[in-house]
Amino acid sequence: MHEMNPAVQGFMYPNEVELQWSVLIVLYPYITGLVAGAFILASLERVFRVEAVKPTYRLALLTALAFLLVAPLPLQLHLGHPERSLEMYLTPHSTSAMAMFGFVYLWYLMVVLLLEIYLDYRADIVRMAGESTGLKRLIYRALTLGSYNMSAASRRIDDRVGYIVTVIGIPSAFLLHGYVGFIFGSIKANPWWSTPLMPIVFLFSAMVSGIAAVLLIYMVTYRLKGLAIEMSCLDTIAKYLFYAFVIDFSLEMLDLIHRIYEADESFKSLDFMVHTHLYVPHIVLQIGLGTIVPLVILALTQIMTLEERWRRRLYVVAASLTLVGIFAMRWNVVIGGQLFSKSFLGYTSYKMEFATREGLLTAIVLMLLPFAILAVLVKLLPPWVSKQQAEA
Amino acid sequence: MPATRRELLEHATRFIVMSGAAAAAFDAMQGTVSADAATTNDYKMADHWWGMTIDVERCIGCGNCVRACAKENNVPEGYFRTWVERYQVGEDMERPEVDSPKGAMEGFPPSDKKDIKAFFIPKLCNHCSDSPCVQVCPVGATFVSPDGVVLVDQSYCIGCRYCVQACPYGCRFIHPETQVAEKCTLCYHRITKGLTTACCEACPTQARKLADLKDPKDAVHEFLRNNTVQVLKPQMATKSKTYYKGLDGSVR
Repeated sequence: MHEMNPAVQGFMYPNEVELQWSVLIVLYPYITGLVAGAFILASLERVFRVEAVKPTYRLALLTALAFLLVAPLPLQLHLGHPERSLEMYLTPHSTSAMAMFGFVYLWYLMVVLLLEIYLDYRADIVRMAGESTGLKRLIYRALTLGSYNMSAASRRIDDRVGYIVTVIGIPSAFLLHGYVGFIFGSIKANPWWSTPLMPIVFLFSAMVSGIAAVLLIYMVTYRLKGLAIEMSCLDTIAKYLFYAFVIDFSLEMLDLIHRIYEADESFKSLDFMVHTHLYVPHIVLQIGLGTIVPLVILALTQIMTLEERWRRRLYVVAASLTLVGIFAMRWNVVIGGQLFSKSFLGYTSYKMEFATREGLLTAIVLMLLPFAILAVLVKLLPPWVSKQQAEA
Repeated sequence: MPATRRELLEHATRFIVMSGAAAAAFDAMQGTVSADAATTNDYKMADHWWGMTIDVERCIGCGNCVRACAKENNVPEGYFRTWVERYQVGEDMERPEVDSPKGAMEGFPPSDKKDIKAFFIPKLCNHCSDSPCVQVCPVGATFVSPDGVVLVDQSYCIGCRYCVQACPYGCRFIHPETQVAEKCTLCYHRITKGLTTACCEACPTQARKLADLKDPKDAVHEFLRNNTVQVLKPQMATKSKTYYKGLDGSVR
């Protein structure tokens, strides 16, 4: 069959010609990465007392929630038997790296994010339940979960518990995305995936993408609302983005150099792939435009004294390119890992479909969905911080 | 030799299987095939440990095995539970030239290469006892049966394709209609009735032979004793039970 298949070069095991994981599985680590990164940014303010990023605290939490709600959808759409997915919860297989996903996901959603958002907003929810009427009143009353206590003591408890939840949340965010990396990194059959660095590379790339996403969402939403954007907040986020990116890039380069220097049996095959099939997504998009360019831009903003409006523009460019670069990284891991034969003797290519269950259109809708959810969330639970509040 | 935890578990499983009522319950869990076999044939899973031996020098690349397997198991077109690869290795070739047109369903076209070493490698699920595909299945739909065959419970598989990624040998695929993982079952429906596999039966040169490693009278023991044998990708440490005699180092 594959001799007639124009997608195949060289020799592939006959069952390998068909790619198993599509663009939807690229979205899965991309979206969970944004969740983990956004949460870690939020925790900077809460746990590490980085006051400058306060204006983004609630926005980052809601962003994390919006993306987390969408995270299982690409997986669900990809399954051959989605109706059996509940078996992952009911009869998880203890040796499977994938079986834990449902539990890690639920832990993160229920114990960390929803709880933290509830505690942080509880007083506001009670107030809004009192001020609003009709359906809105009903919704807010439901969101109070029956707790209308507004005393100073109860607010202190909210704050204290919220702090503890955030402290638990940081390792949980690390777990969520490090774990996604492990799903790939633990497949010994695939040398492109099989590296203990995979979880840690996923983690730092998650922080990078989440911070970049919140930076952009902060700038866009505040501009749309006509609110003042705090420059000190932007500068601080950009600084953290730069630091996380330096670590992420170093880890990825370490992986690359290690592979080149060791040059094991898979090397020639992978090297060929990076110079041909993956040249544009890996060299051009991931390393060039998606990493080196934003790193240089961010470095310039750190060492040069630039005008505010220039810094703002550069941050937008750097953060946008970062998001493209991290998406390319997920693509190169998931799709790239399936383009070469495990015989190391041939290559296939991935033809993305359009309007199918796992096609481009579905992927686009899934990427837009978190923004629709976020629009509803910010309407319901306004995260906006005016200049006076930020300074208070 | 001290028993490992895995061996202890295997022994325990066998004990359970052999005890009357538990055996019936276990067989029912294994699906209708084994349940039928157990009742009609007095087949005891605990008495067998299945594998296969392949004599590379005997394989003539006729593709009989591929055709027989496809027919016996209704293998969908374009996918393979077993296939044959042709290796052509030359001293001045940087890498071997390998082909497997339609999995060798129609054999191989003649080659005009000269001064090369050429041979055929039949492939199938290696029925590893430390199988990475079984390890990764998130719901435990795929398992090593007590008689050593890697099987998939088709009514349970969620179709996540993780096992396909985890198999180092490319032996698994997703059935285009049922959307569940498929692979060589070592003709479980046949071997539990005392027959050999369809591929072994169809092989005109006896290059491939079903092996029962627990049967002291099985020829496999002599085969393993008297020949230099190798498994595919030994570095994967999967405890493959498909043993090749005369396997060239270039084979992947």
